Amino acid sequence: MQITPEDARSATLSTREVQRSRSVMASFLDSDIWYSFTRSWITMLAALITLVLIVSAIFAHQIAPNDPFNLESLSLLDGSKPPFWSADGEWRFPLGTDQQGRCVLSSILFGMRISLIVGFLGVLLAASIGITLGLVAGYLGGTVDSVIMRIADVQLTFPAILIALLIDGTMRALVGTARSEVLVFWVLVVSIGLSFWVQYARTVRGSTMVERNKEYVQAARLIGLGNITILFRHVLPNVVGPVLVIATINMALAIITEATLSFLGVGLPPTEPSLGTLIRLGNEFLFSGEWWVVIFPGLTLAILVLAINLLGDWLRDALNPKLR
Amino acid sequence: MLAFILRRIGQAILVLLTVALISFSLFRFVGDPTQQMVSQDTTLEERLQIRKNLGLDDPVIVQFGRFVGKAARFDFGLSYQTRQPVATLIGDRFPATMELAFASALFALFAGIPMGVYAGLKPQSLLARLFQTVSLIGISLPTFLIGILLIFVFSVSFGLLPSFGRQGTVNLGYWTTGFLTIEGWRSLVLPAVTLGLFQMTLIMRLVRSEMLEVLRTDYIKFAKARGLKPRAVNYGHALKNTLIPVITITGLQLGSIIAFAIITETVFQWPGMGLMFLQAVQTVDIPIMSAYLLLVASLFVLINLIVDLLYVVVDPRIRISGRAA
Repeated sequence: MQITPEDARSATLSTREVQRSRSVMASFLDSDIWYSFTRSWITMLAALITLVLIVSAIFAHQIAPNDPFNLESLSLLDGSKPPFWSADGEWRFPLGTDQQGRCVLSSILFGMRISLIVGFLGVLLAASIGITLGLVAGYLGGTVDSVIMRIADVQLTFPAILIALLIDGTMRALVGTARSEVLVFWVLVVSIGLSFWVQYARTVRGSTMVERNKEYVQAARLIGLGNITILFRHVLPNVVGPVLVIATINMALAIITEATLSFLGVGLPPTEPSLGTLIRLGNEFLFSGEWWVVIFPGLTLAILVLAINLLGDWLRDALNPKLR
Repeated sequence: MLAFILRRIGQAILVLLTVALISFSLFRFVGDPTQQMVSQDTTLEERLQIRKNLGLDDPVIVQFGRFVGKAARFDFGLSYQTRQPVATLIGDRFPATMELAFASALFALFAGIPMGVYAGLKPQSLLARLFQTVSLIGISLPTFLIGILLIFVFSVSFGLLPSFGRQGTVNLGYWTTGFLTIEGWRSLVLPAVTLGLFQMTLIMRLVRSEMLEVLRTDYIKFAKARGLKPRAVNYGHALKNTLIPVITITGLQLGSIIAFAIITETVFQWPGMGLMFLQAVQTVDIPIMSAYLLLVASLFVLINLIVDLLYVVVDPRIRISGRAA
């Protein structure tokens, strides 16, 4: 067997790539962030719980013991079954069933999936709006800056949940009462996105104002790059760090907001239930003794939000140079 | 000082005008008001006549002026659903929300500050750690979930307190109060705790971190070195200085208490403005929505203004820097 120069070159290339990726991994394992992560067992627990919940939401179709949306498989005879440890409980429905015989555990898995998707898209939208406006305001300054920041000030006077409710109500009025479920889903995402952009804008604006005067920006301007290129390709990577912390904490807030809107009956409909919708529907059975229909989705929501909050807290402390 | 106050008032007016503009746009551009008053066989001429009578043909700026003028006299028109004047509807509901907000703010302050002070003075003690854990859970639990859990424990399981409604109210002319009867107090407990719990945890965490910060400063060390009693140092010097941010946050939180009352009122079927607003959102009752929005905005702006002014009174440093600027 003969080794050609091409073979040798590609071999060295691939080893070099392997080395590089290994060194990225090594430097990550060597970093302060990873160190502070391994120091706090509660953070590791929170990360584990978040991971498990997200993975089980992604694979809800495979994991869920029953299909709560398949009307054929539902039987009223299975209705109102308590969790498995009670005398009347069955292993088929580990966390019991609601009055229509839907498996509570399966409903929770699918509901959590919708809650996570809405929360994630909402945060993504809020971050995109906030980062763009913050970059523009911080870079251009002057009138543009003061207009954007005054709008932010006014919006900050009002709690996000109120703004989300209002946007939701207005959009419902605009699109009329004959609305499809897909539309309701996006109305929810937009309401959340528009309620949370201010924090991103403020943070990014602050760091952009610092970056604006640095030499690399002047150099970029000197070689004739356009404002948009400078902002998004050169300034953005340097200001995006703190955004990560806000986004993590906002994810918890967005999930709460979605659940609250759905609980209030202006969010997702029972045909496409999120955790909030499940809690609203289950709440009606609280007094008839079927506590498991509402308590389990509630606990799932609380644990999910608590775990994400803990991660956010840790990330904030780990990235804050003052605390090191 | 005067310039500071005037600038704040100017900003407040600007915010109110912006909100008025949003309310007005809701009225004017979301749906056609004439659609609500005509039947199917109204002719086109009649429709145009109605539009003219309502003043919908006037320039938008004139209509906006008229809207603001009417709003200043609490005239928001009729509800689409009940055909009653919106001002009367809100007036009936206003006391319920205010009493709920007031009770929960008091709960948040009188439970949150002592807990925070204790956790700040003895950060390593078991009780302080318990407070810290509980507060983290309190921040993570959504308001409606707290309400449901409280109902589950205190109403369903133990049957101690009523789970919904506002009972035992006494009518005092323009104001119906639940403060005068035992029934009224009993029905207030769960909603007030639900609404105040988040604020309580927030105040507790704030007081704790401020206490820790202040106790580290030189003047506290000096006060201790001079041999002042711990009580005098802790409460006379340390606590006093932690209360400045607490005032701001509490004031600002009053606004969100009113907003979060929407959720609490829904969970407990409390007959306040929030429940009415939510029903208006569900039925797209725009006069109620825009009136509520304006009212809540005015309350927020008023609270913010008072907080800003209080801040100046409490913290002398702001007065000085304000004069210099």
